[in-house]
Order: sequence, then structure tokens, then C-alpha cells
Amino acid sequence: MSYVKGLKCRECGRSYPKEALYVCEYCFGPLEVDYDYKRIRESLTREVIESRPKNLWRYRELLPVDSEPADGLNSGFTPLIRARNLEKVLGVKELYLKDDSVNHPTLSFKDRVVAVALSKAREFGFDTVACASTGNLANSVAAQSAVANLKRYIFIPADLELGKVIGTLIYHPVLVAVEGNYDQVNRLCSEIAVKYRWAFVNINIRPYYAEGSKTYGYEIAEQLGWQSPRHIVVPCAGGSLITKIWKGLKEFQKLGLLDAVDTRIYAAQATGCAPIATAIKDNSEIIKPVKPCTIAKSLAIGNPADGIYASGTVRESGGWAEDVSDDEIVEAIKLLASTEGIFTETAGGVTLGVTRKLIELGRIPRDESIVVCITGNGLKTQEAVHEKIGRPITIKPNLESFEKLVGVCNDTAEQPAAQYNFIREEVV
Amino acid sequence: MSIRVRIPTVLQKLTQNRIEVEGDGRHVRELIENLEKNFPGIKERICDDTGRLRRFINIYVNEEDIRFLQMDMTPLEQGDEVSIIPAVAGG
Repeated sequence: MSYVKGLKCRECGRSYPKEALYVCEYCFGPLEVDYDYKRIRESLTREVIESRPKNLWRYRELLPVDSEPADGLNSGFTPLIRARNLEKVLGVKELYLKDDSVNHPTLSFKDRVVAVALSKAREFGFDTVACASTGNLANSVAAQSAVANLKRYIFIPADLELGKVIGTLIYHPVLVAVEGNYDQVNRLCSEIAVKYRWAFVNINIRPYYAEGSKTYGYEIAEQLGWQSPRHIVVPCAGGSLITKIWKGLKEFQKLGLLDAVDTRIYAAQATGCAPIATAIKDNSEIIKPVKPCTIAKSLAIGNPADGIYASGTVRESGGWAEDVSDDEIVEAIKLLASTEGIFTETAGGVTLGVTRKLIELGRIPRDESIVVCITGNGLKTQEAVHEKIGRPITIKPNLESFEKLVGVCNDTAEQPAAQYNFIREEVV
Repeated sequence: MSIRVRIPTVLQKLTQNRIEVEGDGRHVRELIENLEKNFPGIKERICDDTGRLRRFINIYVNEEDIRFLQMDMTPLEQGDEVSIIPAVAGG
């Protein structure tokens, strides 16, 4: 049973059929899924949702598939964690982490969008899927299309982190490393998509794919006991996730699943690639593209397709934006690990670093509920922290060697790892 | 006619389903005028009522986004390749 009426241009409102279309042929505006909310309201209640399995399909009426979902059956419904140690460090009263670093099967929020994209691609009858990716999407498309027995072509920038390359290759796709940045990969894929009848999840399947991100917002609200928090900080690359989290919360309100949405949405970017944050801070209607230069490669999109909607979301909700340097990103990754035991990738470092900055600047009050979006896993971007977290301490296999080491640590009250070189010389 | 222009799927109805066409012009703006002569209706799809490029369209000259060059006044030479591409999502 489907609640989808068709597609609609987000700019001029023209209607299109439910097909693999993504752009309005009159104004080039992006197409969005058009739902029959009246019918959804009649059947979807909190009780119905709560009775379903804990995956993203528990919100299926609000996702654009017509047939029974067959992909991503274990994706979504990741933990929402009360971060009490971090609350103390940051000096805030109520802080939560929405932790998609443990999403199934590939440890990022992209497992949500790919679940929806592949379900839709199969409904359309495609036998080949493809994507342009900064890494996380590559991992998820490769893995989930392997399960779905689809042929798969993945395009990435050639300088991607090793963990993301291996985390794609293992699923045996055709992996194409393009000598250029993500924006160049995207441009090339747009040209390839014109010539080949493949399901490019982020191009011709985009209207459906992007809807999967709403589930991240739905889950935040459901896991808070059917309440929307006062503040949500979201990492921005292409600007789709932040837009869809906001859309999801407003849909819940429209359907009566939430009483009120009194939530401010904040955009987090790396200083080396901050076109959305810059537009928000400058109060500009235009997103000026940039050439990315940051360790946060998963967010390194200089020409964000949904940038204008991302900045619109922030303005409409009364939020703000900030950006952080590569050093601040690494510091935030380490802070999250050492306080909450969560190893996030660079994007999570951006989000937490920006959250900290927004709190210190007084943009986010210390006594209201805050949700920080952790969207990916640190094991995929080890290069970012490799030289900045110390090294293991090597000792001889005897007690004397160990106690010598412990003595040094007690004397200095510093991290053992910081003493590593000194200790090794002494012990070895 | 000296400039090769790659046409996105949504505009191919106007170019008799051709993926690539030839055009002419000293800069991007002139090229669009030239395309309009050969494929009437294409200009209003690419530009808004005031003649400015629509915001969800990306134009590349020899693989470089014209917003990093001189926008629609970006100069063109014989043999240049121009791509017209709608914005696509990220990942």
C-alpha cells in the first residue's frame, strides 16, 4: 500500500509521476515525494509505530516505497544516548548523542538512505545501481546492493581514506577512483547517468533516497518519548540530512505524533569546506561554492545541492551555524571517545566541535535539551587521528619493565602515551 | 560552430534527443543565445525571467564550474567543452 501521490517540484510546484526523475524540466528545481498525509494520518499512530520492529521501516507510511520493503531490514533505530560525562565537560544540562556510528550494516547514517534507494530502484526494475560518494554512501551502496544481488558501480574521489576504500571493495563492486574532488566526481556521474540506464542513488533516485534521512529525525523524537528537543546540531555536506531531519519533525507534528516542534536546527561544517555555514553567517541567499580543503572528507562537498534548503532550515527554525578547524575536529573526536566511549569519524568531530563552539558563544543555552548528530564511525577515518593519539607503550615481558613504566606514569601525571619515546628508550 | 555542449536529459526534448550539440559564442551568455536560435525554448529553461542562470543549474567549461571562473561572462574558445548539469545530491 502506498501513500505516495507522485513527485512535485520543490521550486515551482509542478507535478510529475512516480518515476526515476529528479529534476524539474522547467525550472531545474529538485523533485520531492508528494504524500497523501490525510490518509497517513488515519492509519499511523504512535502505537502502530511502537508495535513494529526496531528498524527504519517502522515509519514506512512516510517512506516512498510501494511494495513490501526488502532492503535495510536491520538499518536504523540506532541508540539515542544521554551523554552525562560530556554534559559535565561542556557545562550543559541535557545532552544526547544520536549514534549512527553503529548503524547497520556499514556504520553510518547512509544505511538509511540506501535502504530506501535500493528498495525503490528494485521497484523501478533497475539491475544496476551506482553512486558518487565521499565514502559512507559508497560503503552502504556496495554492501546493500550485494545483498540485493544488483550490479554496482561506485565512484569516489581518488584521495579517499583507506578505511572507506577497503570498506567498499570488500563487497566487490566496480570501484572507480576519480582523480578529482567530490564535486568533480559528481559532475562526471551526472554525465554518465545521461548515457547509462542505471539507478544512481544520489542522482536519478535522489527524491526517494533523500527521504530515508527523515528517519533519523523521527527516531530522535520517538526516543525522547515523542518529544522534539530544543536544539539539534547536524553535520552538513550536501545539505540534505539537515533538511530532512527538519522535514521529518514537521511531518510528525502535522500528523499529530508530536504536540509541538519547538526545535532549533544548527548546521555544522569544517572551516575548510563551509559554504552553507558561511551563507548562514553572512545572511546570504546564495550558496557560494568552494574548493574543499579539510580532513573531514565525508563533508567535503564544495557545491552543496541542497545548500539553499539547509540554510533555509536553519533560518526557519531559528538556529545558527558554525565551522571548526581540522585541529578542533580531532580534539572533538578525542573528547567524544574519552567521555562517552564513542569513536566517531571526522564528521562527528565537526558536529561535536561545532556544538561546543555554539555553547561557548551562547548560541545554544546551557539549560536546554541538545541532540548532537553522530553520523559515522571513526574506524573508517583513522588517518585523521593516527598521529595525534599517542602510541602503545612497548615493554619487555617482565614485571620490572612494567613497574618501571607505571612509576613514570605516576610521577608525571601525564598520559602514558605522551611519555612513550622517553619510556621506550629507558626500558628497551 | 566550434563549442561542444553536453545536454542534460531534461533538456534533450529540445535538442531532438541529442546528448551533445555544437554551439558558438565568445562567452557562456552568447553561447546560450546561440543555442536558443537552434533549439528554441532552451534559454528560458536555463535562465530565469531576468536572464540570470537558474540557481539549480551548474555550467562547466572544460570541467570547471563557471562560478569559479567569470560566471556567464566566462570566455569560450574553439574546441571548448561545456556541460550543463542539474544539481545533484551528496554523499
